[in-house]
Amino acid sequence: MAGTHIMSFDVASVRRQFPILSEIIDGRPIHYLDNGASAQTPLAVIDAVRTYETTGRANVLRGVHRLAERATESYEGAREEVARFLGVKPMEIVFTGGCTAAINLVAYSYGSLLKPGDRILLSELEHHSNIVPWQLLRQRSGVELDMIPVTLDGRIDLDTLPKLLTPRTKLISLAHISNVTGALLDVRSVVAAAEQVGAKVMLDGAQRAPHGPLDLPALGIDFYVFAGHKAYGPNGIGVLWAKPELLEAMPPFHGGGSMIGRVTLAETTWAPPPRRFEAGTPPIGPAIGLGAACKWMAGLDWTAAHAHEMALVQRLMDGLQTVDGTHLFGPAGLQDRYPVVSFTLDGVHPHDVAQTLDAFGVAVRAGHHCAQPLMERFDLDGTTRVSIAPYNDNSDIDALLTGVQHAARTLR
Amino acid sequence: MSDQLYQERIVTLAKSKTGAGKLATPTKSARRDNPLCGDRVTIDVRLDGQERIAEIAHQVRGCLLCQASAAALASVAVGRDKSGIAEIRHDAERALGREAGEAGEPFAAFAPVKDHKSRQECVLLPFEALQDALA
Repeated sequence: MAGTHIMSFDVASVRRQFPILSEIIDGRPIHYLDNGASAQTPLAVIDAVRTYETTGRANVLRGVHRLAERATESYEGAREEVARFLGVKPMEIVFTGGCTAAINLVAYSYGSLLKPGDRILLSELEHHSNIVPWQLLRQRSGVELDMIPVTLDGRIDLDTLPKLLTPRTKLISLAHISNVTGALLDVRSVVAAAEQVGAKVMLDGAQRAPHGPLDLPALGIDFYVFAGHKAYGPNGIGVLWAKPELLEAMPPFHGGGSMIGRVTLAETTWAPPPRRFEAGTPPIGPAIGLGAACKWMAGLDWTAAHAHEMALVQRLMDGLQTVDGTHLFGPAGLQDRYPVVSFTLDGVHPHDVAQTLDAFGVAVRAGHHCAQPLMERFDLDGTTRVSIAPYNDNSDIDALLTGVQHAARTLR
Repeated sequence: MSDQLYQERIVTLAKSKTGAGKLATPTKSARRDNPLCGDRVTIDVRLDGQERIAEIAHQVRGCLLCQASAAALASVAVGRDKSGIAEIRHDAERALGREAGEAGEPFAAFAPVKDHKSRQECVLLPFEALQDALA
């Protein structure tokens, strides 16, 4: 039962692990509800990065000296942690510069295997980073893009799949969780439909990875990407997981050191994955930090943590309903959703809501959330988005509600 | 603090909606978007024989600061040409602390935005649209 888990989830002890949450700015505590943009980072991550920088800083995979060996061991150890977090093998994990970089890698590299007239299926609610790389591929190679529409409650409308899938559809790339509405994708249905036409499935896991370990093989998908900084890790690191046979078939994205087998002036052979896709010196410290973040997440009781997060969503939804002129944009209930909640307030622009909330110490994101086609579809100027992490508590939600009431009173 | 940002003068300007709407037969129109926040301003102008603004209207899909700025601009634009608009833009830039000197009215109202750099483009977007229309 959800109530049991709420009782057993010790949010105070989680909060103590995040130093920034005890900061006071202009005399107010921080109510950080912008986790969907960037989450905060726990001591375990800060310590791991500090340990690398102070006791093991060197380049990886090249040197024979002891610091280089330490660095390589830590870097590859991070790959193992990330793989464990996703339920896959370490050599299937490619470290990238971020989630966007990971999608661009797939769009460039896997995309180069596609032919003019092949089709890629996206949805109207995708983040720009899961639209624009495919538009660039379309320009380069003549693939066609199709878009799954979105239901009125902010879900990808999978009922339309049979009409949209064709034998030329090679890839379906969708958000695992919408960064605007919080809706969880029905992955099973997508994979089943994809199998009918032999299409691959990629999930943008940027908003899912921060909410606990995954079992990617059980999902039946082909590619998964996520960002380190949204998953309590450092900036400048992201992850691509792909089935090994796909990675093996894909040509390099970037050329340079580390990704080669043998270089002559006439030609170059490629290293096997994942090194084939990690040209140059990788973001070593950030990767080590992300490994620590995955280990930290794996140590949480996510049944309890998720119940706690969703109890906060309920408190938020109940509270917003008491403010005249607020409208939720996204699923109305708690079913098949994650703790990302968008709303609008009649007569007050989302940026003005967010700016007012800042005066109450509340950090949220407002605007189009890098999902302009979705805003266009629903004729919205933007929304105010509340995105919740396990370290949030009732005081965060209550401060937000006080701020929204103030904005409603003073700005319209 | 944001409470200080949304001072009464700015809120009043925004609520005045001076010039809000469309012109039936504009001589020129321009739309400007702020790609970072999604604010969008469309400005219509009717020009007289000397390329001066005879009539102006704006549609703002944006925040209160953008609405207030568009209203302020519409309240002083008539009778000005391109260089006249460039001249009053200095007032807005001064109010935002981007240029030295005292800001003239009505743009002095935007002085509280000086400390909110991420919001200054909201104030300047109507100028960008109008200057595009007059270009």
